[in-house]
Amino acid sequence: MNGDIFGLEINIWLDALVRLGLAVALMTVVVMALIYLERKVIARFQQRLGPTRTGPAGILQSPADALKLLGKEDLRPKNADPWVFELAPYFVFIPIFLVFVAIPFAFDWQIRVLELGLLYVLAVSSINIVGWVMAGWGSDNRYAMLGALRAAAQGISYELPLVLALVAVAMVVSLPGDVRGSLNLVEIVAEQGHIPYIVWQPLAFAIFYIAMLAELNRTPFDIPVGESEVVGGPFVEYSGIRWSMFFLGEYTALLLLSLRGAAVFLGGWAWPLGEEVADQNAALGLLYQFTLTAAKAGVLIFTIFWVRATMPRLRVDQLMAFSWKVLLPLTFAQIAANGLVLVYGWPDVVLLAASGGGLVLLAVIIDRAVRRPTPRPGLPSGGLEGEAVR
Amino acid sequence: MVANTPEQEFETRELLINMGPQHPSTHGVFRMVLGVDGEVVTDVVPYIGYMHRGAEKLCETMDFRQGVGYMDRTEYLANFNAELSYVLAVERLAGIEVPERAQWIRMILCELNRLSSHFMFTGAFGTDVGVFGTAFVYSFREREVILDLFEEITGDRLMYAYFRPGGLAWEVPENFETRVHEVLLSARHGIREMDSLLTENEIFLARTKGVGAISAADAVDWGMSGPSLRASGVPLDLRRDDPYLYYPQVDFDVITGEAGDVFDRYHVRLREMRESVRIIEQCMEHLSDGPILPERLPRMLRTPPGEIYERTEAPRGEYGIYLVSRGGNRPYRLKVRSACFSNLQALRDMTIGHYVADAVVILGSIDIVLCEVDR
Repeated sequence: MNGDIFGLEINIWLDALVRLGLAVALMTVVVMALIYLERKVIARFQQRLGPTRTGPAGILQSPADALKLLGKEDLRPKNADPWVFELAPYFVFIPIFLVFVAIPFAFDWQIRVLELGLLYVLAVSSINIVGWVMAGWGSDNRYAMLGALRAAAQGISYELPLVLALVAVAMVVSLPGDVRGSLNLVEIVAEQGHIPYIVWQPLAFAIFYIAMLAELNRTPFDIPVGESEVVGGPFVEYSGIRWSMFFLGEYTALLLLSLRGAAVFLGGWAWPLGEEVADQNAALGLLYQFTLTAAKAGVLIFTIFWVRATMPRLRVDQLMAFSWKVLLPLTFAQIAANGLVLVYGWPDVVLLAASGGGLVLLAVIIDRAVRRPTPRPGLPSGGLEGEAVR
Repeated sequence: MVANTPEQEFETRELLINMGPQHPSTHGVFRMVLGVDGEVVTDVVPYIGYMHRGAEKLCETMDFRQGVGYMDRTEYLANFNAELSYVLAVERLAGIEVPERAQWIRMILCELNRLSSHFMFTGAFGTDVGVFGTAFVYSFREREVILDLFEEITGDRLMYAYFRPGGLAWEVPENFETRVHEVLLSARHGIREMDSLLTENEIFLARTKGVGAISAADAVDWGMSGPSLRASGVPLDLRRDDPYLYYPQVDFDVITGEAGDVFDRYHVRLREMRESVRIIEQCMEHLSDGPILPERLPRMLRTPPGEIYERTEAPRGEYGIYLVSRGGNRPYRLKVRSACFSNLQALRDMTIGHYVADAVVILGSIDIVLCEVDR
């Protein structure tokens, strides 16, 4: 049994090895670029310069940091659980890399086409919570444990809206031959050649985006690692290479979730005119499709950086309430609406109307929650005019 | 081994979390031990004293003019206000008349210092609430402009030692007035930016409203003062209620809050900054040429025996100097009444029952300077 890369027939194991090697190499490079970009972008938001010293405009800062981290001592606290502590980074790192397998970058450019690609991606990417909890528990540090418990609670709460928002889209994917519904990421992307699903499912996209921020532990949902509260959360005790694995895992997750969002909601490589350009000229089309994917993921990543530069952090109870009381019911409503459309064969405009209405509802709920009057402390009935006030 | 009863097996204990003295958000070397039940704080035990340097005792070995430097080091974010309390106490005890120009310049510098101190607060508070550095950097940019002016005037960015019993150390630079106007322009801009970055942010509101509320009666009982007290609705401002310098001659509002929660403590400070800008503008109109030190100031400053308590409205509240003299050129006893020390006492009342994340925000909203608490 043979696979082929670039038209070359090679052994299947070698093929798998090459593909995975490519994935790891590409991810590492892209992640280093992302870290550099984040530092630069946030520096611009904050009227700073960001890294400037290492290489032209500081572009070598990330490689330099990586080298520095590799050279650092790998410390383990005396009372830490050795196995749990040392294995935790792998539990964060490996599942995220496995997600890479099913992400489509351009037409016929992915590591593997999986019929249940979306399901696979969702299933694999939620394993990393285990790594977080292991890190927090194994470190024998109370900040770490608090952070890990927060991470677990948050991961579970936001995994549901994230998955269900994607399910809402997967339900209404229209395939040739009047069939609807697909979990194949390639098909989902290919069907968005004319109109991306963000148009039909704005509510699902909004929920996906919010849940994505939470899944990535990004501001305003960065409570598991909140620097000013739990000082880095589960990673407090990590140093050197293990810490850099967490870091790498985090940024890889950022990239892969953005790619997933770009593929499912923004039309991936297909919209606009992805296939048409490829029909005209194969090489140019490939380049164009890659650019489309990268640009859409890039926009999502940029907005995540932007949010990080401007938003405060939510509190843990607000975070949970928002997920269970607001996002989840709205996601169910979205799925129910989609189901009705599928059963009764209503036109797609109904999808847009239902989802758009839901989006407005979400905005209203958030607005009302924020602007409700402040509870006042118990003031003494007589007041204290004349006593404290001269 | 005796078998455990179900109650014993599921015994729950509260987790103690030690915050500080090295923790990013304890604003210096403050330590608090939080007892937490899940995420809810059940007990707070603050530990202070890490920064105790004996500033009060040291002042007793110095002559009255040298003591000014130690005031800078107690309240390092509002140095002019701290110096002012001290020199006012010495002046009143020694019976020194201060020239008009020196008084106006003192007022301008104190209000500018209030601005820079409150900018520091908004920046640090933004970080406490979880804005990744942006509020901090924006605030520090505005603070930097003010500190530049202070450096031009005093030659130092942090330890000014510019006020003297009797007036000022030396004349302000010639371009003082234009520079102050420039600084005010940027400060107004900075206040507006803080408003749009924090005050109008939904998550900021969600995190601060209704958190760490303290009633007016409790605030008074704890001896709180300054913006933290006014946030609870007690309109006590020493600039108006126990005037010093020429504050009766300028027009400003005493800002008060309603709920006494974290948001009010933040918002009172922000609104107070606008009042400071107003005060400085009025002072600039009054500023006229003249001496900055009295004509006959003895080389060695001596006070008659006696004791005095002089208090001013520093950015964090009532900064008081209790000075005992037995004659001679140095204080017999000097006691600093620190605003932060009293305000910090209410931390436990404010925090219990809130979440761990709120503990950080509440501590931030008190705006402590550990050097002043521990002295």
